[in-house]
Amino acid sequence: MSASTVIFYILAAVILGGGLLAVTARKIFRAAVFLLFSLIGIAGLYFYLNYEFLGAVQIVVYVGGIVVLIIFSIFLTAESGSDMKKPALAKVIFSGLSAAFGCALTLWLIKGQTFLPTLDPAVAPSIKNIGLQMLSTTQHGYILPFEVVSILLLSAMIGCIVIAIKVKK
Amino acid sequence: MVITGVCLLVFLVLLCFFLGYMERKVAAFMEIRLGPNRVGPKGSLQIVADTVKLLFKEGLTPDCADKFLFNLAPGIMVVTSMLAVAPIAFAKDFQIWNINIGVLYVSAISSMGVIGILMAGWSSSNKYSLIGAMRSGAQIVSYELSIGLSLISIVILTGSLSLSDIVYSQANGWWIFKGHIPIIISFVIFIIASTAEINRAPFDLTEAEQELTGGFHTEYAGMKFAMFLLSEYINLFIVSAIAATIFLGGWMPFHIGGLEGFNHIMDFIPSSIWFFGKTFFIIFVIMWFRWTFPRLRIDQLLNLEWKYLLPISMVNVLLVTLMAIMGWHF
Repeated sequence: MSASTVIFYILAAVILGGGLLAVTARKIFRAAVFLLFSLIGIAGLYFYLNYEFLGAVQIVVYVGGIVVLIIFSIFLTAESGSDMKKPALAKVIFSGLSAAFGCALTLWLIKGQTFLPTLDPAVAPSIKNIGLQMLSTTQHGYILPFEVVSILLLSAMIGCIVIAIKVKK
Repeated sequence: MVITGVCLLVFLVLLCFFLGYMERKVAAFMEIRLGPNRVGPKGSLQIVADTVKLLFKEGLTPDCADKFLFNLAPGIMVVTSMLAVAPIAFAKDFQIWNINIGVLYVSAISSMGVIGILMAGWSSSNKYSLIGAMRSGAQIVSYELSIGLSLISIVILTGSLSLSDIVYSQANGWWIFKGHIPIIISFVIFIIASTAEINRAPFDLTEAEQELTGGFHTEYAGMKFAMFLLSEYINLFIVSAIAATIFLGGWMPFHIGGLEGFNHIMDFIPSSIWFFGKTFFIIFVIMWFRWTFPRLRIDQLLNLEWKYLLPISMVNVLLVTLMAIMGWHF
């Protein structure tokens, strides 16, 4: 087993172990921290595949953004110090079943799919190429999702301001 | 690879010793007193004595603390700050990891540091620690925006995220001179916002000894506390090194486009001296802030970011873009 394979299995263990612990942890703050490990593991997987840009974006968006927001909302709302009560047995069984079936379905679909190597020449992931692709209107361009997400974020921001604004009497 | 890593770790620890000494001496200089002067020549071994003291102290863990997270937090702080050193170019072609997204990588890694602070503050199960952690979260998340936008202004001009490309693009003059007033504005914003990002005075609300008895690391003692100190100084070094690399040319000597003879003379000074000279100049400036400005209140701090720095840096990015399109920079 080469060092590369060892690193792959370590990353896989971090992702899966973090995910499992995030679901089973009794303290909500610990669950958020284990989720963080899982997401860092995924970023590590991107670095392992030499796709540094996506890895860094994963860290910026999920670790620096989402997890910090989750932790903040935990601080502000839940009783973060005490243990959560055990979920009912029926809930455990059904959520376990749905997770198992989802996993099985994904595996089955991947198993049935034959992955063809692309015939297009490799494109260097420079920021110029990424930027052009992001705003391109051609077949593989991302202009539509980009704009839709921008409008969604803008409306969310305006909504926050409307909620938080102080009315002068 | 392993040897490089070990050398880097040793370098960072020695650097932190030096920065600790420098901080005391600069503080003394600003307040017209002597500073450490008993242990070793000019007090230079004081920091060694302090480290030995911290090593022998008991690493207390409070009874109510979440033990696992409490012991994990200092480690996360140190690891995240050490990771960000990898893409920094210390001298000409002397870089541990020449990654093609250097700027993005550094800002991504440094955004992880806040997790360690939140973890430390929460797991101590102490009100003051929790308040400190909450403040730091709000502070770091908001000041990250200004840092990102001021870095983007240079990325627009160079067209590359790689730190070595950015240094090479300054061969005919540093960006702070080539980029006119918009770049000077983004340099100033970068220095202010990064002082806030690394929780140093006047933005040290997370620690705020007088109100919070030490903030998120109130409950830490001994080596665990020393690890927070270590990561604080590494962060200080990283921020200054990035500012030096992006705006002041990194290891690039002081060149003026067109003056060949002058540039040749400047090339005789080794590139590592240029890099460390600029970095320590910025470290000195940030230490100078600490002993000059009073601490801000939390609402003033957030007002400064959201009402002043962020709008200014957004307009500034537009100006830089216009400058890059029209080719007005040198």
